[in-house]
Amino acid sequence: MSKLPGLARVGEVLANRKLPALVMKVNWGRQMVISIPFLWLAIFFFIPFVVVLKISFSEAAIAIPPFSDLFEWDPDGAYATFKLNLGNFLFLLEDTFYLDAYLSSVKIAAIATALTLIVGFPMAYLIARAEPNRRLFLLALVILPFWTSFLLRVYAWMALLKRGGPINDILIAFGFIDEPIRMLQTDFAVYIGIVYTYLPFMILPLYSVIEKLDGSLLEAAEDLGCRPIQSFFLVTVPMVMPGIIAGCLLVFIPAVGEYVIPSLLGGSDTLMIGRVLWDEFSINRDWPMASAVAIVMLVVLVLPIMFVRNRIGNKGEV
Amino acid sequence: MKRRSYFLMFTALLGFIFLYVPMISLVIYSFNKSKLVGVWGGWSLKWYGELFQNEQIIDAALLSFNIAFITSCLAVILGTMAGFALTRMGRFKGKMLLSGWITAPLVMPEVITGLSLLLLFVTMESLFGWPAERGTLTIIIAHTTFCMAYVAVIVQSRLADMDESLEEAAMDLGAKPSSLFFLVTLPLIAPAIISGWLLSFTLSLDDLVIASFVSGPGNSTLPMVIFSKVRLGVTPEVNALATLMILIVAVGVVVAMLQMRRKQKNDETEA
Repeated sequence: MSKLPGLARVGEVLANRKLPALVMKVNWGRQMVISIPFLWLAIFFFIPFVVVLKISFSEAAIAIPPFSDLFEWDPDGAYATFKLNLGNFLFLLEDTFYLDAYLSSVKIAAIATALTLIVGFPMAYLIARAEPNRRLFLLALVILPFWTSFLLRVYAWMALLKRGGPINDILIAFGFIDEPIRMLQTDFAVYIGIVYTYLPFMILPLYSVIEKLDGSLLEAAEDLGCRPIQSFFLVTVPMVMPGIIAGCLLVFIPAVGEYVIPSLLGGSDTLMIGRVLWDEFSINRDWPMASAVAIVMLVVLVLPIMFVRNRIGNKGEV
Repeated sequence: MKRRSYFLMFTALLGFIFLYVPMISLVIYSFNKSKLVGVWGGWSLKWYGELFQNEQIIDAALLSFNIAFITSCLAVILGTMAGFALTRMGRFKGKMLLSGWITAPLVMPEVITGLSLLLLFVTMESLFGWPAERGTLTIIIAHTTFCMAYVAVIVQSRLADMDESLEEAAMDLGAKPSSLFFLVTLPLIAPAIISGWLLSFTLSLDDLVIASFVSGPGNSTLPMVIFSKVRLGVTPEVNALATLMILIVAVGVVVAMLQMRRKQKNDETEA
């Protein structure tokens, strides 16, 4: 009987929300598994953006590191001056060069993504509709180039597109052109480079959706009098839409900030924002300006993409 | 229907040709005696000889392999922790933040990641004196940060697809959390961890932009050396290097495929 008050007390404690904190030992293993990657990302992913934001408000200076400090301590007085330089951002707005670079990156990436879809779709369709034991082989054929060096794949096109290169030779031999045309260092070469290097990113998500496609729906459409073209656009395309969106995002996102492809295959007039940022940083050594370009790029390009991606992600796809 | 599938076959075939012509041309040109692309000077192995005598390329390759190895080991550890925390640990403070941070590096343009990490290292150096110089260490940190994101995503999707009943059974039988993880969960997600490791290795070996930002003078990785050579035009030694890389990858893919096919057959006979 004397145990009853004790039990009542336990019940009272159990009803109390603070119980886990009181009774459970701190679970060190669990804490570590969560906090180690968390701290790593906080230090090496999140804080860097705070630093970029800070430096985008400073001024370029001939010093090591080449920018001014926001805070300046007066050596004999006890006050500090806080200087916020908006000049970089104002300059971004003033000089149409940067706006052009943003727009042209989006344009180039969008066209290249559409081209990748056009090239990738038939390939993904063929692989998904192939006999199961051939599928693995065809998929390996698509993935193999992806495992080799990205830089070398871009480089391969430099040799092919050159003025004296094989493609020009073939076009001349067949009489399409009379003398070599300039293909390297044009936007055309940039499109080829992007389509070529990011094709696997398009094919894989398309393949996984087409593979699950129910063939009987297409048969039904045909039985109901749909012509193949109609059933393709009215039945197939809507059903593989998640794959199309996923593939397009996977190509568009890296393409928009691309540096290597425009600098190796593009001409001096191929404006892409990744290249502008790089040049601002390494050639002009204007780190604050490069930071301002990065901040605007983040706000204007990356955050919308992340938003779209999350919206789609929440619907259970991608 | 028949006609359309011929059309499909034709366009897909063009796609595969598009995919392989550049690689085949790299291989062929690597055996070209002449230095000029487009001028065939007969078969020769001379560029392979020059490649192996080029100390700059050899040193850079060794440095890159070194960085890629350490990076992928670190990325696998950190990425698995993050993936595990997000799928198997219920709710905790900062879960939303962690899941946002872990996927964000995947959509971040390389130039931004590179610049932000460089500015972090510079700021840290002036505040704490660490890292004292930029080089191997800073490249490893930068690569680990974006590679762990890929590993976390792979591990996370594997854990989400996996049946929890085995882990529950082990828990019911009294396994401690640590032995539960190392004896039950880890063997089950091993394939995801291996593919995460391989992916990290290739991504690290392949990265030019981020490494160029965070590396210091005298620490050129293989992509940095290739880029500086290639910028000036076509270099036959690089063709030889590309051919060797294609060969290694092709052998790897064929081995992996045979392995998978054998496994498929085993599964079929078991069923």
